[in-house]
Amino acid sequence: MWSFILRRLLVSIPVYLGIILIVMAALRVSDPVYAYLGKNATPETIVAKRAAMGLDEPFLVQYAKFVGRIATLNFGDETSPDPRQRYESWKYAGQSVGLKLRQAVGPSLSVTIPELMLTTTISVIIGMLCAYFRGTWFDRATMALVVMGMSVSVLVFIVLGQKLAGFSLKDAFGIDWFSPSGFEPWWERPFLAFPGDPAERLWGFIPVASPALAMWRYYCLLPVLIYVVVGVGYDTRFYRAVMVEETGRDHITTARAKGAGRAKIMFVHMLKNAMIPVITRVMISLPFLVAGSILLEYQFRIPGMGKLIIDAIRDKDFPIIQAFTAVFAAVFIVTNILTDVLYALVDPRVRLS
Amino acid sequence: MPAGEPVLSVRGLSACFRTDLGVVTAVDDVSFDLSAGETLAIVGESGCGKTVTSKSIMRLLPERNSFLSDQSRIIYHNRPRRRAAAKDRLPPGEIELAHADAPTMHHVRGARIAMIFQEPMTSLNPVFTIGWQLDEALKYHTDLSRRGRRRRAVEMLRLVEIANPEQRIHEYPHQLSGGMRQRVMIALALCCEPDVLIADEPTTALDVTIQAQILDLMAGLKARLGTAIMFITHNLGVVAQFADRVLVMYAGRVIESGPVRDIFHRPQHPYTRALLDSIPRAGNRHRGRPLATIEGIVPSLLNLPGGCKFADRCPRRRENCVEREPALEPGPDGRPVRCYYPHHEPRVAEPGGRT
Repeated sequence: MWSFILRRLLVSIPVYLGIILIVMAALRVSDPVYAYLGKNATPETIVAKRAAMGLDEPFLVQYAKFVGRIATLNFGDETSPDPRQRYESWKYAGQSVGLKLRQAVGPSLSVTIPELMLTTTISVIIGMLCAYFRGTWFDRATMALVVMGMSVSVLVFIVLGQKLAGFSLKDAFGIDWFSPSGFEPWWERPFLAFPGDPAERLWGFIPVASPALAMWRYYCLLPVLIYVVVGVGYDTRFYRAVMVEETGRDHITTARAKGAGRAKIMFVHMLKNAMIPVITRVMISLPFLVAGSILLEYQFRIPGMGKLIIDAIRDKDFPIIQAFTAVFAAVFIVTNILTDVLYALVDPRVRLS
Repeated sequence: MPAGEPVLSVRGLSACFRTDLGVVTAVDDVSFDLSAGETLAIVGESGCGKTVTSKSIMRLLPERNSFLSDQSRIIYHNRPRRRAAAKDRLPPGEIELAHADAPTMHHVRGARIAMIFQEPMTSLNPVFTIGWQLDEALKYHTDLSRRGRRRRAVEMLRLVEIANPEQRIHEYPHQLSGGMRQRVMIALALCCEPDVLIADEPTTALDVTIQAQILDLMAGLKARLGTAIMFITHNLGVVAQFADRVLVMYAGRVIESGPVRDIFHRPQHPYTRALLDSIPRAGNRHRGRPLATIEGIVPSLLNLPGGCKFADRCPRRRENCVEREPALEPGPDGRPVRCYYPHHEPRVAEPGGRT
């Protein structure tokens, strides 16, 4: 297996270099410095900026240098005296591209990882139950709900969620659980604490609390739940179709003939066989975990990757766009390899070669 | 268990399917007994209700769109018996299965009545080892420890003549050939010492040499374990060699039944006779002659004729055949037959060989 991973990684290198080449060329079709400075810029400032960012060098030199940055994972050091070493964001002087990316990954992942895990678990279970009991009132009612959920715009859920959980819950019941928007790096707080104050204890009496998780819940749980509600609709339909296929397999009849109960048939026999489509779907959405959700991050003012890239595009912040694209492509390639490895782990018929 | 006593009694079994075009009765008022240690063959063309009958007994028909009629009775006679493996969680005496609850069926399936299927290539779960799959059945129905189950699994694989069972239990179904998979299915079915083994066309999907091996294996195991076998097939050559008694089905009904010798030598129903005549035979005597066939096809269950269901295709049809369906009554031979004008004379040809 390790040799397979190594081989796939080696094969991906030329592919990745090609992607970077295309991306860099595409970003230079119209002059990025001119786009950033606008039409009122003097020729001198344009030349100065171009030189400062290394964009006056031949394309292949720029390409080699950028590939070098990726290879050494060095997207700038804001403490360095040399402006080329600093590799600053154009919009935010004094902040390197690397710093901007690092700062944005955490907030994105705090929302997207729990969202994907919850959505997948819930959808697989509901999809499986609907498939197993298809045609019954349970299936029909669930599918009707799912279609309704899918038909309503995400924005409706966001606005409703912010209003109900962020404001009404607090006003009506005094439950201050959800912030309507905002973000703080919750991981910087202690994970475990032993508060003396009974009010801060877990469920009021267990003398353990987690300030970090409490803060995560305050800022992230609401966006997570809203996206779970939206995502479950789409995913349930998909997993139901997958599971309907599985219920009709011959070996399911064999399992029933052996005396296996419903739970065993669903959660052992069907689930393991359905893992390939489940993994496919989860892994396809994995790169977008890193990329964050643009709409959600904007609505909840979460300073994540989605917000970063949209702001960068708006501000013509060239180095950020270039670095973000490179990172995204790398994540895509790695998840593809990971997907093949996972296939082989769940299905003995898949051979890694 | 003493031979000759019924282990399974089916009375008035009717299996119905709800379709978009109305309720269809796929199996209509089928009754038979299966005695301990006996092999009963159910024969008939495709679509005549053989498989539905067997799946009804196991209650494996989808509840979503099918049901057994209220009059249907499937009685399993649970007699105390010393078992090496299976635990006894069912009350002794007669247990009605047609309308039994789910827990009862879980204790019956795999433990008392086991089944092997037509398609060995797809009947095993592809993502679990065969050891795991044997272990699962043993876990449900026995009190054996993990090591005991493992020993039993190896023993069963050896019993079905799989070489290197200790290694094989770690393999996945795709690593085995079709014949090997069917052997594993037989091991799986027999590992909890069931009283009844239902074999639904177990050799149809296999090539001829493997068919012979599997049949020999089943015959040997039957003699050794005393399991009653309900053998579903359309291959009459297999029936001649393997069965004690035969039930001929047509359009969901039993049309004739009896000991295998009588069915082959003195078939009473024109359909049985036509089936026997259409067995291809080797030898100079038959060279150049066209193979006998039965004209027409099985009538659609959605649109069954009012009288005898075979009347359309029957060479002995007379006017009253299409008016009212004949009952299953003792014929000239004393054996039950569903025909107004059954054959009286013995059939000339000898039973066909293995085909």
